[in-house]
Amino acid sequence: MEQMDIKQHRSQRVMMLRRGMTVGIPIMLGYLPIAITYGVLAKQAGMSLVELTFMSILVYAGASQFMAANMIAVGAGAMEIIIATFVLNFRHFVMSLSFTNRLRSVGINWKAPLTLGLTDESFAVSSMHTKEPGMDKGGYFYAGIFITAYISWIVGSFLGGVLGEVIPENLSQSMGIALYAMFIGLIVPTVKKELKVGLIVIIAMLINTLCMELFHMSSGWAIVIGTVFGGFFGIFLLEEEQA
Amino acid sequence: MIFAIIIGMSLATMIPRIIPAFIVDKLRFRDWVNRWLNAIPFAALGALVFPGILTVTPDKPHISIIGGLTAVVLAYLGAHVILVVIGAIVTVFILST
Repeated sequence: MEQMDIKQHRSQRVMMLRRGMTVGIPIMLGYLPIAITYGVLAKQAGMSLVELTFMSILVYAGASQFMAANMIAVGAGAMEIIIATFVLNFRHFVMSLSFTNRLRSVGINWKAPLTLGLTDESFAVSSMHTKEPGMDKGGYFYAGIFITAYISWIVGSFLGGVLGEVIPENLSQSMGIALYAMFIGLIVPTVKKELKVGLIVIIAMLINTLCMELFHMSSGWAIVIGTVFGGFFGIFLLEEEQA
Repeated sequence: MIFAIIIGMSLATMIPRIIPAFIVDKLRFRDWVNRWLNAIPFAALGALVFPGILTVTPDKPHISIIGGLTAVVLAYLGAHVILVVIGAIVTVFILST
């Protein structure tokens, strides 16, 4: 009897993990070409294969890594690069607040490691799946998404460093639309069901654009402000149960 | 030297990500804070898509817009996210070659 119980627990874990990985496939599709491009760029900037791969393992932040590779190439100082990274990724603080608030039922031993895998993309995908935290072994579902994304990023960077530009330039440029298309693919079904959500999306876009065009903020701060203040409209637009 | 940069960058990205996990466990938020946090993903998606999408084809931003609109239409018609992604890639590829 007890053995059957253990078996059942295990299959629930495996099932949740697999479901998460399946849900993470669009992220993989978007990450691979970008990670390869990063690998190529980092190599050209004078980083070794070990260094550029380790950066993907330890930093795991696409935009910051591109920026760092560019800054290393022009000989910028370490402190300058680190501060720029902080600014560019500060939005993950806001995203992590939203993410962990939804995962209240999941223990800190799961939540803390999961937050380290938060990126724009893993956050976006996991936020559109709001039922899993309440499910048995829900943590495994998010782990599945995050592991798929993380591994794709590391493998892609390494491949870019080893093979160089394996993807023809015009195809690789076209693949740059992938993550934006994924974001759109995630948001549209929700907007279709709940039009008010579309208003939040559009307000955030406008605030972000305004911050960049009118106030000439860096894209890092503009996204933080667009997210925080765009979200404020949700206070009036969303009901407690929604989202 | 580069490894020092990597460690510094790593801390700069890890700390903001992990701190909320510990804050949230200690606090109970008021209703309006929960509503705000629940709206964050939608606001973030908006802010991430625009105007960033224009940089995909920097010299011909209209191609990025058409690619984005293709994604909107496919998603509206109920296509799976993977198909939405592939549809947008193909559109941009055809228009830019």
